[in-house]
Amino acid sequence: MRYLSHTPDDLREMMEVIGIERVEELFDSIPKNARRDSEIAIEPRSEWRLLREFEEMAQANRTGTAFIGAGSYSHHVPAHIPYLASRSEFITSYTPYQPEVSQGTLQAIFEFQTLTGSLLGMEIANASMYDGASALAEAALMAIRVKKKPKIALSRLNHPHYIQVLNTYFKPTDFETAELGALPDGRTDYGKIPEDVSAVIVQSPNFMGVVEDLAAAAEAAHAKGALLVVSFTEAMAWGLLKNPGSQGADIVCGEGKSFGIPQNFGGPGVGMLACKKDFVRTIPGRLVGQTVDKNGERSFVLTLAAREQHIRREKAVSNICTNSGHNALTAAMYMATAGKEGLREIAQINHDKAAYLKAGLERAGFKPLFDAPFFNEFALTAPAEFEKRRGELAEKGFAAGLKLDAFPEYKEYKDAYLFCATEVHTRDVLDAFLESLKFLKEVA
Amino acid sequence: MKTFEELDIRKDLSYAKTHEWAKMTGNLVRVGVDDYAQSALGDIVYVELPSVGTAANAGAAFGSLESTKAVSDLNSPVTGKIVAVNDALSDSPELVNASPYEDGWLVDIEVPDSKEFDALLKSDAYSEFVKTLDDEHS
Amino acid sequence: MSQYPGARGLAFKEALLWERGRKGRVGISLPERDVPRSELDAGLVGDKPELPELSEVDVVRHYTRLSTWNFGVDTGTYPLGSCTMKYNPKVNERTAGLPGFANLHPMMPEDCVQGALKLMYELERDLLEITGMHAASLQPSAGAQGELAGMLMIHAYHAHKGKQRHKILMPSTAHGTNPASAALCGYVPVPVQLSPDGVVTPEAIRQVMDEETAGIMITNPNTLGIFERHIAEIAEIIHEKGGLVYGDGANLNALMGYADVEKMGIDVMHVNVHKTLSTPHGGGGPGAGPVVARDVLEPFLPVPRVKKDGDRYSLSSDAPLSIGRLHSFFGSFAVLVRALAYTRTLGKRLKDVTEMAVLNANYVKAELKDAYNLPFPQPSMHECVFNDALQHKQGVTTLDIAKRLIDFGYHPPTVYFPLVVDGALMIEPTETESKADLDGFVEALKTIAEEAGTNPEAVTNTPQNTAVIRPDEVLAARKLILRGEMPR
Repeated sequence: MRYLSHTPDDLREMMEVIGIERVEELFDSIPKNARRDSEIAIEPRSEWRLLREFEEMAQANRTGTAFIGAGSYSHHVPAHIPYLASRSEFITSYTPYQPEVSQGTLQAIFEFQTLTGSLLGMEIANASMYDGASALAEAALMAIRVKKKPKIALSRLNHPHYIQVLNTYFKPTDFETAELGALPDGRTDYGKIPEDVSAVIVQSPNFMGVVEDLAAAAEAAHAKGALLVVSFTEAMAWGLLKNPGSQGADIVCGEGKSFGIPQNFGGPGVGMLACKKDFVRTIPGRLVGQTVDKNGERSFVLTLAAREQHIRREKAVSNICTNSGHNALTAAMYMATAGKEGLREIAQINHDKAAYLKAGLERAGFKPLFDAPFFNEFALTAPAEFEKRRGELAEKGFAAGLKLDAFPEYKEYKDAYLFCATEVHTRDVLDAFLESLKFLKEVA
Repeated sequence: MKTFEELDIRKDLSYAKTHEWAKMTGNLVRVGVDDYAQSALGDIVYVELPSVGTAANAGAAFGSLESTKAVSDLNSPVTGKIVAVNDALSDSPELVNASPYEDGWLVDIEVPDSKEFDALLKSDAYSEFVKTLDDEHS
Repeated sequence: MSQYPGARGLAFKEALLWERGRKGRVGISLPERDVPRSELDAGLVGDKPELPELSEVDVVRHYTRLSTWNFGVDTGTYPLGSCTMKYNPKVNERTAGLPGFANLHPMMPEDCVQGALKLMYELERDLLEITGMHAASLQPSAGAQGELAGMLMIHAYHAHKGKQRHKILMPSTAHGTNPASAALCGYVPVPVQLSPDGVVTPEAIRQVMDEETAGIMITNPNTLGIFERHIAEIAEIIHEKGGLVYGDGANLNALMGYADVEKMGIDVMHVNVHKTLSTPHGGGGPGAGPVVARDVLEPFLPVPRVKKDGDRYSLSSDAPLSIGRLHSFFGSFAVLVRALAYTRTLGKRLKDVTEMAVLNANYVKAELKDAYNLPFPQPSMHECVFNDALQHKQGVTTLDIAKRLIDFGYHPPTVYFPLVVDGALMIEPTETESKADLDGFVEALKTIAEEAGTNPEAVTNTPQNTAVIRPDEVLAARKLILRGEMPR
């Protein structure tokens, strides 16, 4: 086996040092009633055969051209990013417990915290959460720790999967959620926030792609003595939109996968979690801090570890340990590569492409579900013929939107679809897709 | 961590087994943590204290001390109302290490009577108690 | 010590990203503008994000230099106890990067994702084959979320039975994350007395197990590296009182091919694929923490789960008792691809992996038992725990020993964990270390023990060749700087 290097001589010498004659003796402490009695029934593969099997599975997927976002967005990954991120010193290291041999990871995460804080307009950010959904659940728990009221108000226009994850985290607790409904224009209704909530949680752009009025959300939340928690699934939006911090958000959480991380069938992504400085002792997850070493050199360490699970045990602020460190590093690389000007330009082009697609679909007979500003995603009601012939579009390689009423949460949006376009959709592709819809006109 | 011989356990103070000291003046009880606690915790990096006016209950937590290796609850030795907290600790938590009995005091609690205070350990009994902990440790 | 790999350094200085940046630089290839510009309502548009401005070359140099300050498994021996830092096979990376996986949108119609679903299904089969359990879910993102899933399942089970319980048994040799995971479900951890030989006994369990207790969180082998040989009896006692057994799978590397998790009486366990199944840890994730369960807990597994019907795969959330969803989509898919590449490469030879992992730990233990104190001399599995009792008298602590090892070119072991051992040095060499690497590591530790007696400063005044030396952690926590100052 190529991953194991002991020769028969090595084995003999080692067993002699240990004082055994057969390796099996080392397992004598496993009693019969815990032993397995058969060998592992998995056949080992050679490297080439393994690759052939995996290529077959990969080819059984059809990636096509997806006009779908809904929490996972097609963005170009610059060539140097996977190249750099795959350096083995980054990939094959553990959590940076020993700062002297992990300054690379530590500085990179400090930079990620800084760039994330900048992007979101927040004072501090942590070293990352698993993904956007768990970041939202942890943000809700954090808000309850801060405000000590066991209830939160949750916009129903948050990503339905994120709401499901939050419900999973809440299930064994006494914590409650109050749903905030949608206004006819596709924004959250802040008019009916209950009195006794720790937080108002709203996603922007929301699941329907609509840009929320966060300043109004902040005002409404703060008027009730609650925190405003802003979630997001499309980090790219903050290249163009006013950031949540500048509009009064207290905690911001979301998914950073748009920054240089492949779609990977949805995971792993990178959860971003940022907040006001005052909440630093209640924020879950790892934090990297700047300090100086014995010689006065600037250096970085994991800090405030006493909040964490391995020290505070059952009183810890969270149980998170391993997070998404390597994807955080990748996201920081992307933010640094795009920079201030580049991110703005790419974000603007995302909006431009989406606007172009939306206009084209409207010409083809689709009707906007909402009359509200959007970033790169929007919901439209389709002409009757569309659903019948969506299969043909799939044959042509187009994933033509996401059917909203397929979600139990959104049954009322009958015949409506969520579409997305980003910088990777060239005009040729957009035009070809719109051209493929011309059957709608023929029917009409 | 200091050995028993190195510990400074003040004669003029009363103690709780959770390593808080208390000193009563009139109807005020000043509370801090003792040399054993500060030395066991190591470098204290943050002191969480209640706001003035909140209630303190004997045996219940009123705040916490955070070092790089642990967070430890602060238990109130008496029941009463917090009337003063040591604001200097928010910028200089190290005072608890450097001067646990003077500059590193934590809170003043106003109490209705001295019953609970009188029941606290005197320094001799407390020294004996700490010695047993020290023996267990080594 | 000039023969040691860490004896020479090639250390570049490197500024923070924004110190390297210059106004006006852009490092990204901007997409062609082939559609008209569409203006968003000015009231919604913010200032440009305050991000550093660098060229592509700046970014490449920056991260290349940062990487040289890191120690990885590809650099050398990384015997971090309880973390299973084994070699991460490169073919795994190649499989995860296949365009059919990497470019796959998670919300594509089921027809378009049959290969991905098949992969998930096959990995579930392999996990069940390796552990002997009945059903799996790949939702959890990491070990701690797998633990949480297990605890939520136990919580949901008791809720379904009509009577919730409020305590959970927690031996002191359980993994560090366990108490926090239990606390998220409102369970109060109840400590379990350890026997003098470092294991939990049926007697100790009988004393604390009652009908208010939801079950036990047990790590096997435990964090002392010792196999819990009474595990089946313990499980029986727990089950008799209506409780359930959560097994922490972080130490699965010691069990493959030898132990049967189901026979041990474990009802639910998570698997750290970034430990046992060789997926890289990435300096702090992403990992994956699938859970495997006995039939009694199957209805409670997180959803969506993969189903197979003939040749057709689908995802199903139709499980009314399920604890629900834990991930934005379907778990750490790209990590799971790597895990399957590993189980399919090794197959039945995973047993050899376990054998060599246990052999290596016992070899290191035998070699070092005279130089370092061994608080629990019982037979070790895949890791062994020493402490600094002998060196402490000479003014040398576990931390010093760890830092000195860096000078010799080895990553330090896990230190000060488990908490049941004062000044613990927890060594897990893993199976992929060669005898020569282990001999070098042992030699370095013996030298350090010797230095502690003759010249303690040689140990305490370390490390010497690293980019930074003993950063001030107290200062970092007292004067928090969690974010850099970006020039405007």
